[in-house]
Amino acid sequence: MTWGSAAEFFAMGGYGFYVWGSFLATVVCIAAEMLILRARRQSALERIRAERLRYEAAA
Amino acid sequence: MSSGLIHWFRYASPPSFYPLAGRMTPWFAWLAAVSGAVGLWIAFFVAPTDAQQGESYRIIFVHVPASWMSMFLYLVMAGWSGLGLALNTRLSSMMAHAIAPTGAMFAFLSLWTGALWGRPTWGTYWVWDARLTSELVLFFLYLGYMALRAAIDDPRRGDRAAAVLALVGVINVPIIYFSVQWWNTLHQGASVSLTRAPSMAAAMLAGMLIMAFAFWMYSIAVSLVRVRAIILEREAHTEWAYQLKEAT
Amino acid sequence: MSAPSFRAAFAGIVRRDLRLAARRKSEPLFSLGFFVLVASLFPLGLGPEPELLRRVAPGVLWVAALLASMLSLGRMFVADFEDGTLEQLALAPVPLVVSVSGKVAAHWLVSELPLVLVSPLLALQYGLPADVIGLLMISLLIGTPALSLVGAIGAALTLGVRGGGALVALLVLPLYVPTLIFGAGAVDARLAGLSSAANLSLLGACLILATVFAPLAAAAGIRIALE
Repeated sequence: MTWGSAAEFFAMGGYGFYVWGSFLATVVCIAAEMLILRARRQSALERIRAERLRYEAAA
Repeated sequence: MSSGLIHWFRYASPPSFYPLAGRMTPWFAWLAAVSGAVGLWIAFFVAPTDAQQGESYRIIFVHVPASWMSMFLYLVMAGWSGLGLALNTRLSSMMAHAIAPTGAMFAFLSLWTGALWGRPTWGTYWVWDARLTSELVLFFLYLGYMALRAAIDDPRRGDRAAAVLALVGVINVPIIYFSVQWWNTLHQGASVSLTRAPSMAAAMLAGMLIMAFAFWMYSIAVSLVRVRAIILEREAHTEWAYQLKEAT
Repeated sequence: MSAPSFRAAFAGIVRRDLRLAARRKSEPLFSLGFFVLVASLFPLGLGPEPELLRRVAPGVLWVAALLASMLSLGRMFVADFEDGTLEQLALAPVPLVVSVSGKVAAHWLVSELPLVLVSPLLALQYGLPADVIGLLMISLLIGTPALSLVGAIGAALTLGVRGGGALVALLVLPLYVPTLIFGAGAVDARLAGLSSAANLSLLGACLILATVFAPLAAAAGIRIALE
């Protein structure tokens, strides 16, 4: 499949909005999922740190 | 009992599985990235233009793999749920719980890309065809599972209740799918079907399969990361958690 | 004392629940009132044109019955859960599946049979011909027990859980889809002059599947809630 030019590639035969809308949505969903997961992991670790400090303070 | 069997059950405890999951994740992440790159390259630079749908058909390279994954992940989620109920292992339920959001994400993506594909092809953003409508119901099944799990505070009760729901759901999925197919053929007015994809050139099929594989590897990687987060959340009060390197 | 036979236990539960419902006469009226209200709202939203209303009647009346059925799920197990009766039933020598089936049967008699009986009046409002009205009643007669049974699963899983009716709705509506499709489809077919045998058979199949599996799932849900 050869594209004449970059402009042709982005235009996708006039369907650019739909094609890129789909692929971009995919990228956004995947990126969002990864970011949310990272935040979840960080907050879980934060909670453990807080619990540990409380535990050590009580000991 | 062979030593192989004992070996597996050792990993059934969340603290033992945690490091294993951590070691497994990069492999699946790399597989996902590489196969995704290959799939996208095929999607845009190898697969030819379709005679009827022009370039808009390229959406199938994400739409169809996303649909496949959303259905496959539900099965896997139900499988882990069943295992958790049968063996009463916490980790099995945690795995099911870890898979759900990714499955829901793919269901949503399938609906979104399906709508974007429907507009240039059939003129409207939403088409009540059998595949999309079933996908919508599957999306609600995922949301119901996550909502039930979130609404129950006690983790063990939440695990078991959500597991029952997942099993009930998985039995219903073929019934729902069949009934929606039935419904779609009954009302012949809108007899359009997004499933009538362009007759598959080999490159198109290859691209779809590779993208599906990429999504699958991605799902495994993300589920492993998420189950690690769930383990951290559920084991927050334990000695094991306090000793963790990441938590110092 | 030997354990009572399953049939006797089932009948006993049904009788008890019916007696309890008789004391709170207003409750079945809520579902009925909701059914009539929803069915009356659609023409207000769609316009009074008779041809259109006749066309949408099967689907609208079925959806209204489905929603009314779903609303009543909150009453199926909650009272017994809160006063400890459910726990007693779980510990009784009679299998919980039998007790649950009895409760669902009583619930259907109290909350859904009235819907079936009132549906002809609503069907008249939509201008459905007599034979279609008969078929509507039959479809509801077969379909509403399936709705009760499947709804029991949702009711059992959410016992004592916050989130209320919206959560049960989210859990149960996807499971209602096949029953809705075949039930409304049967009436639609007759309205179009075609045979509704296929739809009714499939609806019956849904009912049979629900009868076999739903009490099991609901009993499992109740046990989980009681722990």
